Amino acid sequence: MTARPNPGTPAGEPLLDCRGVSLAFGSVRALVDVSLSAREGEITAIVGDNGAGKSTLVRCVSGIHRPDSGHIEFDGAETSFHSPEDAREAGIETVHQNLALVEDLTVWQNLFLNREVVRRLGPLAVLDRRAMRARAKEMVSKLAVNVPAVRSRVRRLSGGQRQAVAICRAAGFSSRLVIMDEPTAALGVQETARVEELIRALRDEGHAVMLISHNFAQVIRLSQQVWVMRAGRCVGGRRTAGTTGEEIVALVTGALNR
Amino acid sequence: MTAGTVDERVADTGRLRRMLIRPELGAVVGAIVVFAFFASQSATFRSVDGVANWLDPASTLGIMAVAVALLMIGGEFNLSAGVLTGTTGLILVTLATRFGWNVWAAMLAGLAVALLVGFLNGLIVVRTRLPSFIVTLGTFLMLQGINLGVTKALTGTVQVSGLRRADGFESARAVLADSVTIGGTGFRVAILWWIAVTVLATWVLMRTRAGNWIFAVGGDDRAARAVGVPAERTKILLFMTTAGAAWLVGSILALRFTSVQANAGLGQEFIYIIAAVIGGCLLTGGYGSAVGAAIGAVIFGMADKGIVFAGWDADWFKFFLGAMLLLATLANRLVRRYAEEVRH
Repeated sequence: MTARPNPGTPAGEPLLDCRGVSLAFGSVRALVDVSLSAREGEITAIVGDNGAGKSTLVRCVSGIHRPDSGHIEFDGAETSFHSPEDAREAGIETVHQNLALVEDLTVWQNLFLNREVVRRLGPLAVLDRRAMRARAKEMVSKLAVNVPAVRSRVRRLSGGQRQAVAICRAAGFSSRLVIMDEPTAALGVQETARVEELIRALRDEGHAVMLISHNFAQVIRLSQQVWVMRAGRCVGGRRTAGTTGEEIVALVTGALNR
Repeated sequence: MTAGTVDERVADTGRLRRMLIRPELGAVVGAIVVFAFFASQSATFRSVDGVANWLDPASTLGIMAVAVALLMIGGEFNLSAGVLTGTTGLILVTLATRFGWNVWAAMLAGLAVALLVGFLNGLIVVRTRLPSFIVTLGTFLMLQGINLGVTKALTGTVQVSGLRRADGFESARAVLADSVTIGGTGFRVAILWWIAVTVLATWVLMRTRAGNWIFAVGGDDRAARAVGVPAERTKILLFMTTAGAAWLVGSILALRFTSVQANAGLGQEFIYIIAAVIGGCLLTGGYGSAVGAAIGAVIFGMADKGIVFAGWDADWFKFFLGAMLLLATLANRLVRRYAEEVRH
């Protein structure tokens, strides 16, 4: 596998570069010396069994946890995020497994939650609802087919539409790295296909996409780079074009090392 | 979902329906029904004097109901709000009559204490993540004890009185507790305060970032935090808002009666919540309106005075209130189910 030239060898510096990241919760070593990277215009998959540390790593990158040691470089600069807000400001957006949408609010209110557009009326800041609705319409129509009305409440949307709203929110607002944690785990076949379309669209727009998935077929379908985690360690990385589902499975289970 | 057919969730909804289906619709209908009922029973009730009469209890209750509604939309309760109106009133009268403070200075002291209590309520709730029902039940009982204990220790009785003789009483009364005569009928100034508070609360809810955050933290606290909404600050400020409202109402009542009982405000906390719920607020948070709570207070005021005007035994008031609460909650649920298809 490694003898022949790697078909998808990337050019340039990675956007995200994790080096030797370790994190322990008490006596539990959640991450041990993890090194991996992600590039713009690529979908980078992270696979591994439950408890392998995928979500913990993502939480470090998105500013929820701080690693005990190691470096996380983003766009060539060392990061030290103290909160998800810091990561977001740097251009790292995360689509959480629970999507973090408020069901009683509308699509546009969710898209602009905590990024409300305001008009200045003297000392007062007034929500510019019209502008937010118009911009929300643009955001969802750019990415999604079967676009939900921006005025409808999220409670009324299907699983796939909710995912689409969450992805639109992550893709908007000049983000550069979009992290997705199991984006299709709860979806049917049709909706999965639609969300995969969305993820490809994100990549084609030039975003770096980091995808956590249990679905190896999906990883092979979508990604350009795969990293495999096992028991808190990153046990291997492959260009997707140069690997197979079987090899990935072998790395995940430990039948194959490196 | 297939090509050619438009998913009904995708279709936009009509402007008229959006305008009609709002959280306060049930309360508006309820208010009309209650008004029509008592108006048919009593000529006094429907006269201008009658209106001024029942708007009076509606106003002081309304100020509190609106603040409590904001807090409920934000997903929390405040059971100590009623007793806090007593606490602030007691502070005002005690400082002004026992310690010779100017009424305005005594009111400022009351405000400071109220905001501190609100801040502590909020801080304990957001830091411990205990249900606000329990936390504010605790502060409710503590305040109740302080009100009684301090009043008795200072006066030997269960009330403080004599505010009329204090410095600055007349000017404070003119601002908070006077009446304005319109067409020969005296309306309480408190009604203006109530309207102002309702307008301000509605504006904050519907037109400011803070309003958006209130709906978000009440609807889904975790989701709101995940996108960086300052949930803790929002909630603490909401608790302080209810405390500020309690101070306003406590001061209004103290200036009006010039004396305060040590048990003032006791039992009102549930009336505020009832008015907010009649007005369309959900107990689970994330949904409701300030206008609805204000109208809920109107229903309360109309029932309170209407029963007297109609010549009935006032003992039946609580029965009426309970029936109203049940009916309004059922009506609101219907509206809400319908509303899930729509949004302003």
